[in-house]
Formats: sequence, structure tokens, C-alpha cells
Amino acid sequence: MSLLTVNNLSVSYGAIEAIRNCSLRVEQGEIVTLIGGNGAGKSTMLRTISGLLTPKQGTIQFERKEIQGQPPHRIAQSGLVHVPEGRGIFANLTVEENLQLGAYSRNDHAEIRKDRERALELFPRVRERLKQAAGTLSGGEQQMVAIARAMLSRPRLLMLDEPSLGLAPQIVQTIFQVIREINNSGTTILLVEQNAAMALKVAHRAYVIEVGSIEMDGPAAELASSDEVRKAYLGAH
Amino acid sequence: MSDFAQTLITAIAIGSLYALIALGYTMVYGILKFINFAHSDIVVLGAWGSYSLSVRVLPALGYGLKEVPPVWVALMILLLAMIFCGAIGFTIERLAYRPLRRAPRLNVLITAIGVSLLLQNVGQLSFVFGASPQDMPPLLSDRALATFSFGEGESARQLVIGMVDVVIFTTATSLMLIMQYLVFRTKLGVAMRAVSFNTDTAALMGIPVDRVVSFTFVLGSMLAAAAGFLIVMKYPSISQPAHTIWVLLGLKAFVAAVIGGIGNVRGAVLGGFVIAFVEQFGAFYVSSNYRDVYVFTLLILILLVKPSGLLGSTLREKV
Repeated sequence: MSLLTVNNLSVSYGAIEAIRNCSLRVEQGEIVTLIGGNGAGKSTMLRTISGLLTPKQGTIQFERKEIQGQPPHRIAQSGLVHVPEGRGIFANLTVEENLQLGAYSRNDHAEIRKDRERALELFPRVRERLKQAAGTLSGGEQQMVAIARAMLSRPRLLMLDEPSLGLAPQIVQTIFQVIREINNSGTTILLVEQNAAMALKVAHRAYVIEVGSIEMDGPAAELASSDEVRKAYLGAH
Repeated sequence: MSDFAQTLITAIAIGSLYALIALGYTMVYGILKFINFAHSDIVVLGAWGSYSLSVRVLPALGYGLKEVPPVWVALMILLLAMIFCGAIGFTIERLAYRPLRRAPRLNVLITAIGVSLLLQNVGQLSFVFGASPQDMPPLLSDRALATFSFGEGESARQLVIGMVDVVIFTTATSLMLIMQYLVFRTKLGVAMRAVSFNTDTAALMGIPVDRVVSFTFVLGSMLAAAAGFLIVMKYPSISQPAHTIWVLLGLKAFVAAVIGGIGNVRGAVLGGFVIAFVEQFGAFYVSSNYRDVYVFTLLILILLVKPSGLLGSTLREKV
């Protein structure tokens, strides 16, 4: 049984169908990436899985339980953690308070402290900024705070929406390296990316989504070498 | 000198009342981004609720309506009024505003006006508070705590620091300090500020947004109730529930929130004191006929110079 199974999911904004009959699954321990162009429905997929949007039809199972239609805070509490696009940092709070919110529904203070320490080891730069208002950080640092914060929720599935968006290449490298480290330490990851090259390099399996439906799927390495994907997403001629 | 000091004392007392009410406006705006027009009616409910409780509780406890009961009675009535208004605030949010969580802001705003009218009119029903003014039984003795004399002979003046003003200031300040602690030092406060910044992202953190919103309404309504109670301590003749004096009071507290920077908790407190100073000093030194004019003129000036209010910030999100 997969950790996450999305079955025949359709989501619409009013009359416009953003996702049509999409199915995907994520196995325990994997990094799965969902790639596709602007407006293909990638973010809609994540927002529906995390409960911010309600699907028109289809089911979402996380750890064998159907979760579609549940309120987002309930889904987050069950260990399915979503780092939204644009980082979703609370600019009006300090970095420390942002991290605190990651552990909002936990009460095991000793463990929280350990997780906080581990998250700060992943991102030493965040440690230097703890007292600062999160809004004053650079884009890269904000992304780091967002991921560190998500780790404090002890996710069993971590969903990252465009973590590389708008970041300098060097920082993108750092972020992807951390994604790999997080996965190595046992966290399953569903990664949505426009930067297909990077995503396919780090992921085990991939799905390609185009105008609301999943067009291809398979092992990441295989997709990375397919002509179609190379032409459409990797800039090959 | 003594005139100045006396006006100052009044301004501080009135300012803390405006601040208490302004906090309710600003917290709800901070979280739901709409002006809760029914907030001033919660103040009325606090005032009239205190009256209704007093005329029932005092005789039941064996005190007359003309004598001053022990301090704990006043404290109990204050607490009961706060609990009562907190419950009403909770109910209003649950029934009127929550179903509109995803609706356009304008719909919520119009609903708020509707709730305000409902409260005003229900309050006037004969079996609720009635449509005529009443006199609040004295719960505190308004004796002078300190008297200072200035000058001699013809120009002799006295400065009196009255019990009620001191009680108003200390009660309001303690409540505001508790609020400040809640919002800036507790986990729930962090959650409130997170929800006010971005509801969706807050939910993704596992924060039960609806519960945070309910809590905000309860808190704001309790502060409004305290303000209502303190107002009838200072001005015992209570105007009828739909009197324009209440509307004006709510409006000025709203102006205080805007002047301080709506959505900003410290700004609301600052704004409350600023408008009370302008109003009281203007009334004393210029003309008391224009006391409302000073407040609204100040509003216009501030909006021209700093539209976001004194402590309001224009935070931009980084993309």
C-alpha cells in the first residue's frame, strides 16, 4: 500500500477545470516529482492534497485513510506537510516564531527541541537569523526557514511546491542538497518543480502534468532521457 | 496648571476606554480583514448587561440600589458581563460571519451592519433592556483619592484624582497588558498573528483557523464588555441601547484603531489615547461643542499624511 494514493482526482475553479482525472501515488521513502509548465495544475494538485481545495471528484488516501474534504489543519496534523509556493513565510513573525509554528500541534517539548536543532543543522544560516522578522530575509533564506519549519512538524510526507522559484543557482543547489538529505534520513517527499532538470536529478520517480492531466510517468532517470521530456522541459533540441 | 492636570486625568481615563474598544476592532480586522460594525453594540451590551446584572444581583445579595456594595460585587459584575459578552461575540461569529468565510469582504461588511442593527433593536425590546435610559446603581464610591490645591483667594483651584478614573485606568491597563501578553508571548498569540498574516498558510501549519478566529472574537468582546462596564461607572445615566451616543462612541474607537494603524494591537492603544487627548483638550481649551470634530479632523489629517496609521506598516511579501 502506498503512503499517498491520488485516484481520478478532478478539481475546478468555478467552471474551469484545473485538474482532470489525475492519479498518482507516492511510496514510502521515495522522492517523487511532479513536473510541468506554468498553469499545468501542479500547485492545484498539492493544494487539493493538503485540503486547501476541495476536489470535485476522486479520492486521496494518506496512510490508508481517505483525507479528501478534511480541513487543512487536520491533514497537516496527520503528518502530511505542505510547503506552499512562494514559501509561505509569516513575514510579520520572527524566524524563531515561524519555526515554533511548525511544531504547533506537538507537545513533546524535548523532541521538538531536538528536531529544531536538527533543522538548524541543515540550514546554519537560519540559526543566525532567529531573532529577525522573517520578512527581512532574502528569498533563499525564507525558503530555508519554510523547509526547516516543515521539518519541525515531523512530516511523514513532505510536499514542496517550487522550492527553487526565484532563487540564485547556488542557493538552488543548497536547497536540493538538503532535499536529498531529508529524504536520506527517512522522509518521503513529493516535489513540484518547474526546474525539471534539477527535479529529475534528485527524484526517484516522476509525473509529467500538462493542462490538468498526467501525460507521462516513470522512473526519473528514464523520463529525463526521453525525447519528449527533453524537448519540452529540459531545453534540448 | 490644575485645569491642565484635571483635563489630563480625564483624557487618560477616557483614552484607556477608547483603547479597550479599539483593540476589538483592530484584532478582528487583523484576522478577517473586515470592520466588525457590531463591535460597538457589544460595548452597549456590556454597559446594559452590567446594569441588568446589578439591579438583580444587588438586591439578591441584600444590598440596596443606592448604597455602594463591597468591591468584590463590582468585580463579579464586571466578570459576568465579560463572560456574557464573550459568549455573545462567539455566537455572532459562529452564526453570522463564519458561513461567509469564503465570501467577498463586502458581504461580510454588510452582514456586520445587519448584526449591529439587530443588536440595537433587540436591545430596545421591553423584555430586554427597554427603550428608555436608566441609572446605574453605584458600584464604586467616587470619592477623591487625592486632592491638590493650587493658588489662593479668587484664583484658587483644586485638582481631584477620583476613584472612578483610577479604577478605569488600572482595569483597562491590566486588561490591555494581559492582551499584550496573550498576543506576543503565547503559542496561541503566535497562531493569531500567523492567521492574520495568511489564513491558508496558517492552516497548513496545523493551526485550527476557525478556533483562532472564535477566540479572537471572544477576546475582543470581553474587552468591549469591560469598556461598557467602566463607562457606566463613570457616566451612570445609561442612554438607551440604540442612542446615537453609542454609535459615536464606537465610531471614535474605530477611528482610534485606524489612527494607530488598523490591525496593529499597540497602534490601537496609542490611537485610543491620542483621540482622547485631542477630544478632551480641544473640548476644554477651545470649545466643547466641537469635541467630535477634533477627532474626525485628526483622522483626516493622519490619513492624508500617513494612510497606514501611526504604527501601521506596509509589509510587502517577497516573491
